[in-house]
Amino acid sequence: MLKLEKRASPSTFWTWAAPVVAVALTMVVGGLMFAALGKNPFVAIRTIFWDPLFGEFAFYFRGQLLVKAAPVILIAVGLSLGFRAGIWNIGAEGQYIMGALFGGGVGLAFYPAEHWFIFPLCILAAALGGWLWGMIPAILKVRFRTNEILVSLLLVYVAQAFLASMSLGLLKNPEGQGFPGSRSLAQYPATANPELIAGTGIHWGVIAAAVVVLLTWVLLDRHILGFQIKLAGQAPRAARFAGVSPSRLVLLCMGVSGALAGLAGFFEVAGPAGQIKIGFNVGYGFSAIIVAFLGRLSPLGILLAGLLMALTYVGGENASTNLGLPSAAIQAFQGMLLFFLLAVDMFTNYRLRLVRRRVA
Amino acid sequence: MNRRTLLTSVAAATAVASLPRIALAQAPVKVGYIYVGPKNDGGWSQHHAEAVAKAKAHFGDKVEIVEQETVPEGADAERVMTQMALGGAQLIFATSFGYMEPTLNVAGKFPNVKFEHATGYKTAPNMSAYNARFYEGRAVCGTIAGRMTKSNKIGYIASFPIPEVIQGINSTYIHAKKVNPAVEIKVVWAFTWFDPAKEADATQALIDQGCDVVLAHTDSTAPLATLKKAGAYGFGQAGDMIEYAPTPRLSSVIDEWAPYYIERIQALLDGTWASQNVWYGIKEGMVGIGAISDAVPAEVKAEAEALRDSIAAGTYKPFTGPLNKQDGSAWLADGEVAGDDVLSGLSFYVEGIDAEIPK
Repeated sequence: MLKLEKRASPSTFWTWAAPVVAVALTMVVGGLMFAALGKNPFVAIRTIFWDPLFGEFAFYFRGQLLVKAAPVILIAVGLSLGFRAGIWNIGAEGQYIMGALFGGGVGLAFYPAEHWFIFPLCILAAALGGWLWGMIPAILKVRFRTNEILVSLLLVYVAQAFLASMSLGLLKNPEGQGFPGSRSLAQYPATANPELIAGTGIHWGVIAAAVVVLLTWVLLDRHILGFQIKLAGQAPRAARFAGVSPSRLVLLCMGVSGALAGLAGFFEVAGPAGQIKIGFNVGYGFSAIIVAFLGRLSPLGILLAGLLMALTYVGGENASTNLGLPSAAIQAFQGMLLFFLLAVDMFTNYRLRLVRRRVA
Repeated sequence: MNRRTLLTSVAAATAVASLPRIALAQAPVKVGYIYVGPKNDGGWSQHHAEAVAKAKAHFGDKVEIVEQETVPEGADAERVMTQMALGGAQLIFATSFGYMEPTLNVAGKFPNVKFEHATGYKTAPNMSAYNARFYEGRAVCGTIAGRMTKSNKIGYIASFPIPEVIQGINSTYIHAKKVNPAVEIKVVWAFTWFDPAKEADATQALIDQGCDVVLAHTDSTAPLATLKKAGAYGFGQAGDMIEYAPTPRLSSVIDEWAPYYIERIQALLDGTWASQNVWYGIKEGMVGIGAISDAVPAEVKAEAEALRDSIAAGTYKPFTGPLNKQDGSAWLADGEVAGDDVLSGLSFYVEGIDAEIPK
């Protein structure tokens, strides 16, 4: 008989092996699913995992992986700080939208002027927008002990309504023939967030994501604040005795994650998405929650998890187009990855023991 | 990879993409399609996909189709189209309004690949725009709705406040009012093209406001399913949705894309493809009117069919004066017909509609 036994301390081996095993299991079971759909599983898996990186058109797809991964990584790193301290910001999607609206709005207020300071000002405004939206659940939690999970999530829908209103009203392109959506931010040189080196996919958001990963690593590893965040999550009572203020930590974590989501939002509308319009947000704020956990809440892990996630999107799409796989099959494949990660993750805290039962 | 080799690779890939037609006349020509919804959404995307299947059957081995469903309108669309172009597609159809800017961007990068964008207004030397005069179909449905309503309240599930939808609301109201001066129109904005749950909610909201005939400008069959339960009437949208006949589906506005797809792929094969901007209606066969069900009295049916035939013959235009704008100011004088330049950017309601366009 098999029995689960709790480990005295989490296994370091499984902490890092779990994602690898999960990916391997996904390939096997996903391959079976593709085979059941009548496709060659090896070709499908190769199309998803290999071709975007090393295939014929990898020169294009490698850059696209960065474009797809950067906003998710930027948001996920911010979320991971709070998640470590047991502060659950589920509303990054809303903070992402507000960042885009603040940043884009400030930029368009200057249209059609050309000044060097417009772009930095947009970035500041975007961080402020995301920060403010994150502060609402934070202050409500600190003051009235509301549940930040619920408040931050519901504020996503408020942000979406605000986005619709802005796209149809204040920010609507006056030369857009009545169609909703702002002027193009990507075609307005003062706000554009272009590809910095042609073909690499690298825009300011990619650079910001890299810098934030590095800074967060330093913060968590070398700074007292990082220690406090980790302590608050692992041993809240001990943290309180050590003089960590829970309220201060809530405000800080919600604020930082909100500001980073806001930045991601602006970089997206000023670059790849191009303009503020209804539905420009395609769920990066929610994907980031998954990526944060997939990356074990560590900056380096999130970097890798974000790239892996991007790979399943870009490669999955290729498989869908070229092999005629339904997009639902690709979504199921992505779902499997998470399912297996959670399943395998159990071995981090538990070990499987074979117990021989005596015949009674 | 440095910049120079990258650019060379793009150029090489583009060259490769345009080669097969010249070098290997027998190899199939690759044509790409991207859809905003799933291929089985029962509405907009499904009817594009079905038209594509017809085109595929028409050309057989001469054409290879590559398709991608559920492509978000933005950076993702750009990537999918780039991938198709790199993969050798010579003609790519982007079948939703929101693909306009992404298509324009990709068309700029691949001058040798042809692009066709549905329902937009921007074109390029290698990018055409094609659109259907859905409002002509709404005129027919509006006539039926005006005759069939007992509460004198017609509902309209609107997707986004873009000219196409405003044309539809106006056309429905104008023609319902013509046959029933007491009629009112209620509009609910769903802010989505495809979301069965939301569409069902919107339908229910209209029924709760007393509407007994509801037109949908969204893509799923959820409104008809909701109308069926309530015993109210509706119309097929994008597809015939004949499975809901005779009630609640009284008739339908059908998107007939197949003839256009066949025509354009043929032009590619013949080497006569050129950029254009077309707006086809009932006359050209891009808008079809589904069979009017037996729930509609014979004289109403005859009236609606006469209207359809006069639009097909070109003797009647749905936006013909006298018409005032919602605020009461003059728009079209008696007998004056609205020009396409005004219609294609229509952003106001006609007089009598008691609703507001969202701001």
